[in-house]
Amino acid sequence: MIYNKRLILAHFWLAFALFGVAILLGEWQMFIRSPLHGWLRNADLYYRSVTAHGTVMGYVFPTLVAMGFGYFISEAALGQPLVGRRWAWAGYYMIIIGSVAAVVPVAMGLDSVLYTFYPPMIGNAFYYIGVVLVVVGSWVWVALMGINLYVWKRAHPGAPVPLAMFANVAGAYLWGWTAVGAALELLFQILPVALGFATTINAGLSRVLFSWTLHAIVYFWLMPAYIAFYTIVPRAIGGRLYSDSMARISFALFLVFAMPIGIHHLFADPEVGAGFKVVHSIFTAMVAVPTLLTVFTICASVEIAARLRGGKGLFGWVKALPWANPQMLALALSFVMLGFGGAGGLINMSYQLDSTIHNTQWVTGHFHLIFGGAIVIMYFALAYDLWPHLTGRALLNLRLVHWQLWLWFIGMIVLTFPWHYAGLLGMPRRMAFYDYTAPGMFAEGVSVVMSTIGGAILVVSAALFLTVLIRNHSAARVDPEPFTFSRAVHEPVSLPWALNGLGLWLGLMIALTITNYGYPIVQLMMTPEGRVPPVFVGGKP
Amino acid sequence: MARAVPADPHDGEAVAKRIENRWALTMVGLVALLVAMVIFTGLHWATMPPSRVETINPSTLHVSGEFVESNLGSAVETDGSVTVRIVGQQYSFTPQCIVVPSRTPVTFRVTSADVIHGMLITGTNINSMVSPGYISTFKTRFEKPGDHLMPCHEFCGTGHEGMWANVKVVEPDAFARLVGPTRRASCDL
Ligand code: HEM
Ligand SMILES: [Cu+2]
Ligand SMILES: [Cu+2]
Repeated sequence: MIYNKRLILAHFWLAFALFGVAILLGEWQMFIRSPLHGWLRNADLYYRSVTAHGTVMGYVFPTLVAMGFGYFISEAALGQPLVGRRWAWAGYYMIIIGSVAAVVPVAMGLDSVLYTFYPPMIGNAFYYIGVVLVVVGSWVWVALMGINLYVWKRAHPGAPVPLAMFANVAGAYLWGWTAVGAALELLFQILPVALGFATTINAGLSRVLFSWTLHAIVYFWLMPAYIAFYTIVPRAIGGRLYSDSMARISFALFLVFAMPIGIHHLFADPEVGAGFKVVHSIFTAMVAVPTLLTVFTICASVEIAARLRGGKGLFGWVKALPWANPQMLALALSFVMLGFGGAGGLINMSYQLDSTIHNTQWVTGHFHLIFGGAIVIMYFALAYDLWPHLTGRALLNLRLVHWQLWLWFIGMIVLTFPWHYAGLLGMPRRMAFYDYTAPGMFAEGVSVVMSTIGGAILVVSAALFLTVLIRNHSAARVDPEPFTFSRAVHEPVSLPWALNGLGLWLGLMIALTITNYGYPIVQLMMTPEGRVPPVFVGGKP
Repeated sequence: MARAVPADPHDGEAVAKRIENRWALTMVGLVALLVAMVIFTGLHWATMPPSRVETINPSTLHVSGEFVESNLGSAVETDGSVTVRIVGQQYSFTPQCIVVPSRTPVTFRVTSADVIHGMLITGTNINSMVSPGYISTFKTRFEKPGDHLMPCHEFCGTGHEGMWANVKVVEPDAFARLVGPTRRASCDL
């Protein structure tokens, strides 16, 4: 039973509306930098656009999806109305206020610092304050998820926590701790300078603090998609989850290993010594483990569904799968993109190979494929699954849904494969336009044109997605069956302490963060020579 | 892959667990192998990331010390290796054209006078961040003569897309003629 439908819909709709705007900016950027036109050469407008596109797609959109889905899971899995409904709305409004405070100066060109805001470049303070408000709003959600689980556990001593809620709270805690790095950077380094209280800033320390957030945020983006893999898809295709405890272990491992690895973003940086780079590189490899476990569990669960539907043979069962079901299709397409993206990720992860592609267009191609592709397609899928339960109306246009998912997949491949290739040719990232007449740049021009075509396909797909959801709101009323999550083949009767709560994993997460980040941070804090004067963008305040 | 569930459900659970554990161990082994490869290649070819953290005051770069203008570009060391010193600033590198000999050890020392920049040299695996307050040092060797582009690859302001330099790799004897008695070389575009 879902009690706070309006709250959940408000989160999802704000997320998807912003997504709809930001994707247009993305396609505009790709067009502007392509050789397809020669008339608009305004770098200033371009960087306003990238700042907005990155901020919305990287921070606001996934956070709102995770929050809306989190509130949904809390009510649906625990079977209790959300505790702290008022606080939830307060967090929501904080995000709205924060987004407005951030986007207005960006649109005015006062904050073209991009979503990574690397100091000593400093923009107008309102952008940073806005980002802080978005983060604080999401921390309200983190706290509420913990509280709701606590309330439920008190009322159900010894009972196994539903997997969906276990994973959801893991994601919430991961985000709560991950965001601390950027929050420290914003509050103690950037804002004092932006507001005029300080006159120098340690750019190296800022980058280290930001890397604390920048890597694990990726796993926060991914959590809703993984929760859908485990707890929605098997049920939707008429199967069972292969293993409940392996699912819990995967989520727990994400919590532990997502954090202490962010320095892999700084392999090419001068402010971190080789020792910690190697340590983070090794831990980075370990974070592949939960994904590899997930691939097994989900494939096995899908096979169970196929065999329950009469599938036979070593591989013949694949034919018995309900391919007409949007969840099945989304899962398959997501896995293909995850496979390609994961292979690319292995390259980024080793610092020897990383040096050929660091900060090239390879990197932007890579995260569009993994995040925009494999993860966002599951955001679509979970919206399709939840919507009838939120609106009480039928989701009819299955054909449209099919087209939408296929177009997203095709568009992503056409967008990102050439994008990776341009990176291998050495095309640097974050440039408004390129001189394609320079020697060796012609091939890069061709690949950007292909990416522009892929982007156009994605825009069509996004429009279809929004159409399906909007049309649902005026469709015939239905009385959907009560929402359920996937059931495991062997449902847990009782669980060991470690897998029925997050205490142990939280402790490990914090301890590993301290061992892997404590020394570099303290060392840089004690390096006053690293402090440099700020460089203001958009005019000194 | 999962087999059909046998009649006794507890049996099935044991089978399922066993298959699952086997997969988990294989995957952990696979990851361990990858880590071992990274460590091995790192030690074997000494392809380690730069290690020492060196600081420098960006406000006085042009006044004194290693990065004054007359000391930038390529310099021949007593051991025959070449050191290239570069400063990045919004929105250019100094010098804009860098000439180095092929088949010779080359050390780059790079810093920034203002914001964070980056640099890569196309067609090579030279790739570094360039941060104000810190010096990036890395060693390399160019095998073949040729022309390369050297763009800035981190957003450094609205002129970022114009921040490109050139690297010319020439034969060692041609380089020796270029440097002459000053033991320094630069090039024109
Ligand atoms: C039509 C589809 C899209 C196109 C054509 C597009 C295009 C772009 C372009 C050209 C950039 C600048 C890359 C650079 O040079 O660094 C960019 C950055 C980015 N995009 Fe997209 N994008 C699209 C969809 C998405 C989606 C769906 C997401 C995630 C949900 C996303 C997230 C991001 C992020 C986080 C950045 C980083 C911004 C930065 O580097 O500052 N994009 N996109
Ligand atoms: Cu990362
Ligand atoms: Cu730049």
